[in-house]
Amino acid sequence: MMKNLIAVLTVVFAIIVIWYGAAFMMNKQWTLDQAERAGTTVTTSEVFKDTMAQERPQLPAPHQVISEIWKTTVEKKITSKRSLIYHAGITLSSTSLGFLMGSLLGITLAISIVHSRAMDLSVMPWIIASQTIPILAVAPMIIVVLNAVGISGLVPKAMISMYLSFFPVAVGMVKGLRAPDTMQLDLMKTYRASAWQTLIKLRLPSSMPYLFTSLKIAMAASLVGAIIGELPTGAVAGLGARLLAGSYYGQTIQIWSALISAAVLAAVLVMLIGVLQNITLKRMGMLR
Amino acid sequence: MSENSVIHAEKLNLVFQTNDGSVHALKDIDLTINKGDFVSFIGPSGCGKTTFLRVIADLEQPTGGTITVNGMTPQQAREARAYGYVFQASGLYPWRTIAGNIKLPLEIMGYSKEEQDKRVEQVLELVELGSFGKKYPWQLSGGMQQRASIARALSFDADILLMDEPFGALDEIVRDHLNEQLLALWARTEKTIGFVTHSIPEAVYLSTKIVVMSPRPGRIADVIESPLPKERPLEIRDSKEFLEVAARVRDGLRAGHLDD
Repeated sequence: MMKNLIAVLTVVFAIIVIWYGAAFMMNKQWTLDQAERAGTTVTTSEVFKDTMAQERPQLPAPHQVISEIWKTTVEKKITSKRSLIYHAGITLSSTSLGFLMGSLLGITLAISIVHSRAMDLSVMPWIIASQTIPILAVAPMIIVVLNAVGISGLVPKAMISMYLSFFPVAVGMVKGLRAPDTMQLDLMKTYRASAWQTLIKLRLPSSMPYLFTSLKIAMAASLVGAIIGELPTGAVAGLGARLLAGSYYGQTIQIWSALISAAVLAAVLVMLIGVLQNITLKRMGMLR
Repeated sequence: MSENSVIHAEKLNLVFQTNDGSVHALKDIDLTINKGDFVSFIGPSGCGKTTFLRVIADLEQPTGGTITVNGMTPQQAREARAYGYVFQASGLYPWRTIAGNIKLPLEIMGYSKEEQDKRVEQVLELVELGSFGKKYPWQLSGGMQQRASIARALSFDADILLMDEPFGALDEIVRDHLNEQLLALWARTEKTIGFVTHSIPEAVYLSTKIVVMSPRPGRIADVIESPLPKERPLEIRDSKEFLEVAARVRDGLRAGHLDD
């Protein structure tokens, strides 16, 4: 445990050092240009100080991002349009709905693929093909088409999350539902078990390790989908909207704080599934 | 075909089609197993002993000849849940307790809750695992796990028990003990048992009838009716009759190999 902590902290420390170095290198040209225009000379230490505190740096320094996150989370009311928690909440709601729909769709597809050879042969290639279409190109179409039939708000964004998240679940669960070996399937056959009984009593429990692994990937994909879904909606609200607004106005600090919030959100969500995975598999005796 | 014949095979053939051509797994098998028999199938790998057991269980389809189980086709017999099958590995579900594992076939076959509990208790006593119902498979030794899987096969009303090298993965000492228990269990339940093994002492010790098989093509080399009494203490393995039967099994196995 202690060893792990030291390793993690070392990596974090290294990243921060590199980040500061990069911020200095990338921002110093602007400082030098400013000084030249004003006809003054600056010392290296002055340049360094300036690169750490620019308003629109090429790359904001870590402490700038942290203080921006602090200002827009702790010091803002959650209901404020400038609160990152407010925006994260909006993204979280479409992520969750999309994740739920995607997982259900993925599991349903996997069950039908495992039970029907026709489905296996006909649907599987389409599932794979669906993921080769760049979602960035499809997302605006989904939003526009759904808007035309009167569906707007949460659902279209969740649909994009679903589009990205059903795939890992479908592929993982096909493998998981096929995990029982011939002997275990033969045993069910000697009992004259129906396909449904075999599914409930053998295939589904056996697939649990695969399910949780694919749910983790699906969760991360859902978040990406939700953020992409927020881009063409006119950038009203959500972490994606913050990213877009930030890039419109050259607010790099805002972009980076939205990015880091998204990363933290993804980490927390995936960790939650990890905890659920540990509890479930331990109780099922599959983690020994 | 006599009145009390349970399994009856006539000119049974099974040819597998593989990428390297066809494999004659079973050739002209004629065999009758009577009610209450303990029949062992012994032979080197590839002799078709497991395949024959799987044909009885309707897990493989013969390509020629006839076979009846309880007077029905194997498929009808399987659908009537005529037999319990024990595999080489116990195949217990790690997510179920021992009792839960034994309930599995009972749940599938639609027994009532009270009946399930009653039967679980009965069969656990039968395999001497009375106090282990609430334990999980990983908490039991390999031998105990295999006993639990036998209990699972006994839990429903099938009067045939088919066992495919059930003790093959266990060490000699555990195996001796389980063999003794299996004989006691057979005496008490009066089931008909088909038992695949590659151990000569195991086959001779357990069986009333020993079917010696040889490979390529898989066929019966010899059928030996055991002269040993039904009561068999472990010491019987040093008796003259036992050694004679074992010698005859060995001869049968050797004859099969001479063709190679």
